[in-house]
Order: sequence, then C-alpha cells, then structure tokens
Amino acid sequence: MKGFGILMKRELAVAWGRGGGPLVALAFNVCAVTLLPLAAGASLDKLKLLAPGFSWVALALASLLSLERLFERDYEDGALDVLALGPAPLELVAVAKCLAQWICVGLPLALFAPVALTALGADARLIPLTFVCAVIGGLGFAFVGGIGAAVSLGARSGGVLIAVIVLPLFTPLAIFGGGAIAGLAQGLDWTGGLMFLSAYTLLWVALGPFAMAWACRIALS
Amino acid sequence: MFEGLGFALQAGQAMSLVGKNGAGKTSLLRAIAGFLRPQAGRILFEGEAGPLEPEEARSGALHMGGHTDGLKPNRTARAEFEFQARWTGADAAGMARARAALDLDALMDLEVRKLSAGQRRRLSLGRLIASPRPLWLLDEPLAPLDAGHRAGFGKLMAEHIAGGGLILAAVHDPLPIPTLTLELGR
Repeated sequence: MKGFGILMKRELAVAWGRGGGPLVALAFNVCAVTLLPLAAGASLDKLKLLAPGFSWVALALASLLSLERLFERDYEDGALDVLALGPAPLELVAVAKCLAQWICVGLPLALFAPVALTALGADARLIPLTFVCAVIGGLGFAFVGGIGAAVSLGARSGGVLIAVIVLPLFTPLAIFGGGAIAGLAQGLDWTGGLMFLSAYTLLWVALGPFAMAWACRIALS
Repeated sequence: MFEGLGFALQAGQAMSLVGKNGAGKTSLLRAIAGFLRPQAGRILFEGEAGPLEPEEARSGALHMGGHTDGLKPNRTARAEFEFQARWTGADAAGMARARAALDLDALMDLEVRKLSAGQRRRLSLGRLIASPRPLWLLDEPLAPLDAGHRAGFGKLMAEHIAGGGLILAAVHDPLPIPTLTLELGR
C-alpha cells in the first residue's frame, strides 16, 4: 500500500477535473431525465412506472461520459510511464483510478438519483433504496468502465469503443439495480436484486484491476 | 530492430546511446525499464547486495525521463512535481534539493499548460534529483532545454555519476559529460 495515499490524492484531483468532472455527468443526467416526460408524455401514472428503469439507464450512460479519459490522458502524456515505475503495481494504480472515478462521478450521480426518481413522480419511500443501489452500482460502473477504458487505449475514437465494450457488461447492473427499485415500487421482494447487484459489483472490483493492468501493460509495450 | 547487442554498465558510468531515427534507442530504454519484452535475450540488474529482481529494480532503482514529461496541463506545476517526486519515493528534503538544482521555484504556482517545453522538461526531470535512484534512463533529455539549463543539467548528471550512479541516455547531440558510446543500427 506504499504510495497509495499519494496516488489517491492525485487521482481524485485529476478525476474532479476530468472532462468537466461531476458537473458534466450531473448535467447530462438532468437533461436525460427531463427528456423522458417530453418524449413519453407527462402522464404521472405512466412516468411513475418508467421512473426506476429510466433513471438507471440515465445513470449508466452518465457514468460513461468521462471514462474515455480514465487512462487515455496518462497514456498520451507519458504519465502512465511514471505510474508504472512507482512503488505500487499497475493493478493498484487501476484501483485508485476507479475509486477516484467513483468518488468524483459515481457518488454525485448517486446523490442525484433519488432526486431524478422523485421528479419523475415515484414514491418518496423509494429514495433510500435508490440511493443505496446507485452508490453500489456506481462502484460497478467505475470498475467495469475502467476495463473498457484500458482495453481501448490507443484506439482512435476510443469513446465509442468503450461504450460498445462496456454497455453489455452494464446489463446485469441495470437488471439488478433497476429490478430492486422496481420491485420495491410494486411491493415485491427487492433484497434479491440488491444482493445480486452487490455481488456483481464485487466481482468486477476484484477482477477489474487485473484486466486493467494487463491492458495497460500491452498498451505501454 | 536490433540483435546481438550486449553491454554492461557499471556504477559511476554514463553511456550515450546513438543511432539514426528508428534505430531502436527508445525501444532499448523501454525494454530496460520493463515496458517492452525483448524477443530474445536478458536484461539483468545487479544491486549492492547481489542480483536484483527486475520488478524490484523497476519500482525503486531506476528513473526513466525525457521523451515525454507526463505532466497534466490543467494542474499546477507544484502539484505535478510533488506527485511525480513523492510517487517515485522522494522526501521533502529531496524535493527542496530538486527545486533549487533545477531552478523550479518560479514555476511552482503556474499551471503546467502555461509552461514552455523546456520548463516542463525541467519540472519532469525534477523527480530524478528529488528521489535518488541509481539508474537514469534518459531519452533526449536535453532537447528542449536552453544552453544555461543544458549546462546545469550536465552538472547534475556529473554529480550523479560521481556519486556512483549510472546513466544510459539516447541522444543525437553529445552530452556535456564524458560518456561511453553505444551505437545502434550499424
């Protein structure tokens, strides 16, 4: 863990400013949520049904926004060379990057998720579960997204490539997260969804760093 | 790219790596730094107490500098310098030494985007002085520097060698210190 604090401090500062940081992701989320009633009609009954699912889609897409630059900038300007010659292996560098992405983009989005849901007319009793799911899901989005960002290093139009690599892996997060909230909304069991969401997130928190470090080593060679 | 290459660099020696563009100078440096795996052959590190594991050498005993600076344009020079120095193992005294030796104090509060190419290079080379590691792998380190700072960095290289350090530098123009020469691609 030597140097992890130094690295974390830097990654947080970089993530906060990366591609507009949390503000752009939040603004995107607000815009997406505003579009739904405009497109689907403002009938509250209908929106209420769509709200949990749609707010998850908006969350997934918003968390994709600044992922493109998670490794790309460091790769282009040579900072990845410096990072590779430090006291910690690239696996730990990947963990720091994804954690910083989660803190700077995932957590602000998670704070906004209940607001979006309520704005679309969902019940206030969904708020706590929505927040918890968005926090856990955000961690999953960051680690799965990090794999896409690392694998597409050096590719032109990496942003589109990341979306294509990552969105299929986001599906379980959407199914379990959106499912848990929809379950609570309809009075069904929601614990299973939350458990599976946590398990799937943990899987990628555990495996993701190895995949990212492997992809970075190939990109550096 | 190249084959049949064999050389050893001892403590207190500097070596210039010369050759045409594309001869493999940067690739050789990157292979020693562990980024490229040679198709054949071995790269061995010898520490004071015997052979050194390559990972050990790469995480604590060598610096790779020049070619790219690895600085983020929207961060301050201080933030970037301190990160690079601390990440590679520098303490506060080392960083103060680097700031004085490379004339960095005036740059500290500026954003990296406002620095010239030569100022960026000095800022990035700062970690070599701030964090003492014996082997310096340098890729055209002096290219963007002005005459005064070339001489200044030359002095720092001479001190590093005198203190038992090793330098392997890919260059087109001769370094301002006496070096052995290895020519690639002949």
